[in-house]
Amino acid sequence: MSAISPAIFAPRSGPLSRAVDWVIRHPRMFVFLMVLPITLWLGIVYIGALIALLIQSFFSIDEYSGLIVHEFTLKTYAELFRSYNLDIIIRTVSMAAAVTLASAVIAFPIAYFAARYARGKWKALFYIGVMLPLWSSYLVKVYAWKLVLAKEGILNWLFAKLHLTWALEAALALPVVGGNSLSVSYLGTFIVFVYIWLPYMIIPVQAALERVPAPLLEAAADLGATPGQSFRMVLFPLAMPGIVAGSIFTFSLTLGDYIIPQIIGSSRLFIGQAVYTQQGTAGNIPLAAAFTVVPIVIMGLYLWGARKMGAFDAL
Amino acid sequence: MPVREPPPERTDMTDAVTFRGVSRHFGPVRAVDEVDLEIRDGEFFAMLGPSGSGKTTCLRLIAGFEQPTAGHIEIFGERADGVPPYLRNVNTVFQSYALFPHMNVLDNVAFGLRVKGVSRAERLKAAEEALSMVELAGYGSRRAGELSGGQRQRVALARALINKPRVLLLDEPLGALDLKLREQMQEELRKLQRALGLTFVFVTHDQEEALSMADRVAVFAEGRIQQVGSAEDIYRRPASRFVADFVGSSNVIPADFAGVGAAGQWASLRPEDITLDPAGREAVVTGRYFHGRVVKLALDVGGQALTALVAPRDDLPDAGQATRIAWDPARVHLMERGS
Repeated sequence: MSAISPAIFAPRSGPLSRAVDWVIRHPRMFVFLMVLPITLWLGIVYIGALIALLIQSFFSIDEYSGLIVHEFTLKTYAELFRSYNLDIIIRTVSMAAAVTLASAVIAFPIAYFAARYARGKWKALFYIGVMLPLWSSYLVKVYAWKLVLAKEGILNWLFAKLHLTWALEAALALPVVGGNSLSVSYLGTFIVFVYIWLPYMIIPVQAALERVPAPLLEAAADLGATPGQSFRMVLFPLAMPGIVAGSIFTFSLTLGDYIIPQIIGSSRLFIGQAVYTQQGTAGNIPLAAAFTVVPIVIMGLYLWGARKMGAFDAL
Repeated sequence: MPVREPPPERTDMTDAVTFRGVSRHFGPVRAVDEVDLEIRDGEFFAMLGPSGSGKTTCLRLIAGFEQPTAGHIEIFGERADGVPPYLRNVNTVFQSYALFPHMNVLDNVAFGLRVKGVSRAERLKAAEEALSMVELAGYGSRRAGELSGGQRQRVALARALINKPRVLLLDEPLGALDLKLREQMQEELRKLQRALGLTFVFVTHDQEEALSMADRVAVFAEGRIQQVGSAEDIYRRPASRFVADFVGSSNVIPADFAGVGAAGQWASLRPEDITLDPAGREAVVTGRYFHGRVVKLALDVGGQALTALVAPRDDLPDAGQATRIAWDPARVHLMERGS
């Protein structure tokens, strides 16, 4: 005869086991212990640093001594509205908007294919294809693009082979965005930005599309919607949270980047470069801080607008 | 004396849906295999079968979500080869309801009119009417996520019916509802179908649901139709062992044992047709299960296992006891196929 096993086992011994058992029986404590490190990290390291930065932006610099005046003032912000600085802001925001739009347009069909049709091996291939560029050095990619886009580069050669040099020249002859060659024009900056940030758009859009149940599209067709109507009225609105998530990446990454426009494009500054020079060579920390606030405000406005337009309704 | 004209044969009328040698294969899987079928205009037709028997694929073939790999389908006499779903005047109530999560109930219902270009005021008015038809008036501004399963089901129904389809397809629409609600919806669907005079094609794996609701039932197994007929037909005169077993769990027994045919043939005897009769055959009760309205008795009659359903009584034999049973040979159905 085997002994009757107990209905409730004896408590575990050892201080660690006892502590674990105690925490398991107190779910609130368990949650508290889980979120504590994140809260400390976000609260102190992240938000704290950001607040320190914001405070800096309300100081100003003494024009003669070059020393920071630790007094509350909006003078630094007023400086942002000088035409030279305002140009930088407009230039950067326009570029970020154009890059975001282009990324969304290019990413959508790729993400759609991956979400709806790719299975097994093809899906793995898709993820590798999208992620691979992220695994190699950003600088290497940007310099590679400089060579690709240069006047003696492969792209020019390709256009010549296809007898399309005229098209390239027409594009470069455009005011503002054009230039001597792609590598020294805004067009070039734009192409490289789109290339570099595209994965950040594809992945969230693909995730959003994956979550759209297939019967919804069948229901739309069943109710008489043509493929175009299904896309406009069902698929696109449901993918919108993914597009917004992706655009947060592409938009804010473009707003803050200071390396790509430095290597590829005209020598005119973007916000990131302005911050870099102001806090570096110019030593004007308050103005650098004020410049940093610009993308934060723009992103805030952007998200608010997206919410107003119902971009998150499908969440 | 004038000779009275016979009433027109039903076959003279155009059928709502016709399958002619339709197959749908997915690689090596024969989801639907050479199905011939006529669904009459205005009838409540049920496709009954276990999961994977091809009934849902048949529904999807009618809707246009799938195309046959062989054979063809006619809808009101017109061939539907290659016609996409949005060009078919056929609507579906999906098993998952498939309500659009980014729209409120009213916009969901009005969707079919919106894609047809009906003005906003007009389509919302029609949607309100459709909602009151399914007794959901006033729910228009809610989101699908805020409704119960039964309410979502009604919204899906209103959304499909607003298009005034020639055929309404229902894919296990009551599967996710609890018993009480399901019985209520069964009754309402039946009423609605009669009132609208529409052809309803209803897919279900629930044999009781199919029998109680449909004018005619097609029993599916392994991609093929086993039998088509009225509920009574299917139940009383199952064509095969599969039908006898799947529809209302029958006793499938050798015909000579049942006393209706020769050895080698098979017969179906419904459990409720077996009675306790002191003048009957000797049987041993091997199990007794109380089901509320009925008691199920597992019996052994000279080595042949039988199941009987009898009314609860105080003096029913217990497991292990001997008893005597009988059945009316007229209730025994000799089947065409034993398999």
